Amino acid sequence: MTRQSPSFGRVDQIMVEERAATFTKRSIKAESKLQGLRLVFSMLDLTTLEGRDTPGKVMTLCHKAMHPAPERYGVGPVAAVCVYPNLVRPAKAFLRGSPVHVAAVATYFPSGQSSLKTKLEDTKVALEAGADEIDMVIDRAAFLRGEYGKVHDEIAATKQLCGTVHLKVILETGELVTYDNVRAASMLAMQAGGDFIKTSTGKVSPAATLPVTLVMLDAIREFFFATGIRIGMKPAGGIRTAKQALQYLVMVNETLGDDWLTPDMFRLGASTLANDLLLQIAKCVDGCYQSGDYFSLP
Amino acid sequence: MSKTPSKKTKIFTTGVATLSAPAHAPAVPVRDRTLRFNGRWNYSPAPEAHTDVKLRPRYDLFIDGKFVRPSSGKYFPSINPATEKQLAEVAQGNAADVDKAVKAARRAYEKTWGKMPGRERAKYLFRIARLLQEKMRDLAVLESLDGGKTIRESRNIDLPLVAAHFFYHAGWADKLDYAFPGRRPRPLGVAGQIIPWNFPLLMAAWKLAPALACGNTCVLKPAETTSITAMHLAEIFAEAGLPDGVVNIVSGFGDTGAAIVNHPDIDKLAFTGSTEVGKLIARSVAGTRKKLTLELGGKAANIICEDAPIDQAIEGIIQGIYFNQGHVCCAGSRLFVQESVVEPVIRRLRNRLSVLRVGDPLDKNTDIGAINSRQQLDRIEEMVASGKKEGAELFQPACKLPARGFFYAPSFFTGVTDSHRIAQEEIFGPVLSVMTFRTPEEALERANHTPYGLSAGIWTDKGSKVFQLATQLRAGVVWAETYNKFDPASPFGGYKESGFGREGGKQGLLSYLKFD
Repeated sequence: MTRQSPSFGRVDQIMVEERAATFTKRSIKAESKLQGLRLVFSMLDLTTLEGRDTPGKVMTLCHKAMHPAPERYGVGPVAAVCVYPNLVRPAKAFLRGSPVHVAAVATYFPSGQSSLKTKLEDTKVALEAGADEIDMVIDRAAFLRGEYGKVHDEIAATKQLCGTVHLKVILETGELVTYDNVRAASMLAMQAGGDFIKTSTGKVSPAATLPVTLVMLDAIREFFFATGIRIGMKPAGGIRTAKQALQYLVMVNETLGDDWLTPDMFRLGASTLANDLLLQIAKCVDGCYQSGDYFSLP
Repeated sequence: MSKTPSKKTKIFTTGVATLSAPAHAPAVPVRDRTLRFNGRWNYSPAPEAHTDVKLRPRYDLFIDGKFVRPSSGKYFPSINPATEKQLAEVAQGNAADVDKAVKAARRAYEKTWGKMPGRERAKYLFRIARLLQEKMRDLAVLESLDGGKTIRESRNIDLPLVAAHFFYHAGWADKLDYAFPGRRPRPLGVAGQIIPWNFPLLMAAWKLAPALACGNTCVLKPAETTSITAMHLAEIFAEAGLPDGVVNIVSGFGDTGAAIVNHPDIDKLAFTGSTEVGKLIARSVAGTRKKLTLELGGKAANIICEDAPIDQAIEGIIQGIYFNQGHVCCAGSRLFVQESVVEPVIRRLRNRLSVLRVGDPLDKNTDIGAINSRQQLDRIEEMVASGKKEGAELFQPACKLPARGFFYAPSFFTGVTDSHRIAQEEIFGPVLSVMTFRTPEEALERANHTPYGLSAGIWTDKGSKVFQLATQLRAGVVWAETYNKFDPASPFGGYKESGFGREGGKQGLLSYLKFD
């Protein structure tokens, strides 16, 4: 099953940024635009991760997730809602009978600065409450200290606990800084059993960027060629407009191709993005822009 | 810090990694590890509007500040290579027209331009540069219509560089004394300039801007398939108030070019084009007082070492050979890949070619536009046939080419050796020859073993290797971790049969100056 690969490889900063910029030059018009916007909408992880989150707030989010807009816009539910572990239970209750998943952040999100025991305990809370997906954070401190084994083993332990529940591994690329680090951390996360790799917690700036996402998509491709396993990708944080979201979709389309253009393989973590997508979809359908007031707040 | 990684992850200790699936994952056979690019999400057409761009039905010669009919009265059609439809008629200049143009240039040189202080010349060049910026969008559309290049490139690369060349050289016009301390630079006189069809406006800018900055006057001949934008450039010169006769543009065929080459009152010749024609020109000029610079063909090596950032190197390969349909003299047409990374490189290259979009040059999403002419398409097809005949293996992605117009799918050959014709001769199309090497020394030897020497590319993560290779590559331009990057401040030109003389930068000024 194992296969020799020449190396995990390095990333050239200038060229990867140049390539990422080319995806912003695609002109997405007419039918392809509407199709793209709807696809992006179905890939959303509608997110609320605040200290003040209550079951009430989560209920609002869940209803938005299930019934985002009037039927004539042809917009289905989003892929998932993403909440803190102690809000998983109410979220599951609100979403009962819908295809929308509940994703929970865990492992001492967002910093990951605690013991493995605590991180696993945190995960267990989310799992026991019925989370369908776990968004874990890696130990960036360990990574930057070169303790790659520790990073790996924590991911592996979390995956073991998750079993068949989908595990997304947040690299927090804004703290890893270099593209070489991002690539290495991506490889580590995939090898240790992550089902998805995710850029950011949304708590650190910069969050997702096009070049960082490209580096991660390239890593996913390398892993796929080596093992045949398709790992999902989730850029999160900082994607606020439909235009930006389409640029990410173009990048996936031209890097990993058809098999990644589904909510099973590509997600976008966002909250304000949802309504901009709806505004643009309404523009495509009705031919004119609507007031934002016609769309409910997430 | 020195904590030993767990058994599962030996990956980062040696730098050589074992990528393996997690233990719980089911095995996937190698044949199922294929990416699919069948257009689950395809892009709708996004054509750049072009009906608002003013094409004239007929283009005359530009001599002595005026548009004049050719003395022969003859015009030839200029077609859009993407549709094969006629765009306009272009005047066919002959020796008599060239003589008028040279005389006008001589008058302008002696009466106005040659005597004008550099700071005054600079004002005209700055004005031209600004007008170019203002009209950039229209000129880009015209360039794409007439030459077949994609609007993406003409708008984002060609036109900005055209303006940049005029800005850059405007800056030199009043500083020539300081560029060459202790020497007194003087203009040469009348420059005859013959340019190719692959970058019509950009090549005109490369020739005209330094010549004018240095105080010369010019007679320029655009290529017969791409004369239209040169005439729009002439309009800009007129609008900028450039004195009559400083720039004269005479369109026509090879005989028109020959008339410029052989005109006795030309002081300097600059030619960009094929090595074959370059040699003819060099023969004609031998024994005359004419100063000559040639920028000719190439068969550049693009070297991918095993320690290169592979995913980015793929982009460098794409930029190297598929830029401008491969109609680039410095194209990275010989790809040398270190044997240990051939498989991953080829695999990624195939995927990458599958997402290149071939078609309407005016569609903003088109990556590869039309081949410039039927003649060039024939040449590409002939070379590809020779590659196949000599046993190399051709890869072309499944892409639908438009029914009309001259198009060629991006292609590459594997199983190529140095003795294949496709490894030796310039194809000047979107066709790459992939070869392998074992050590950097071997790559270097084979890269240099060519009659050409225009450019080369190096891909490695190791800085020392970049310098080691770059200093030994016999090529005028060596790009490391990038390819086909141009800047007016950077001199461009060849070794050996790729020509002599430099264009751009301080070195480029020397081609248009003499010293007291």
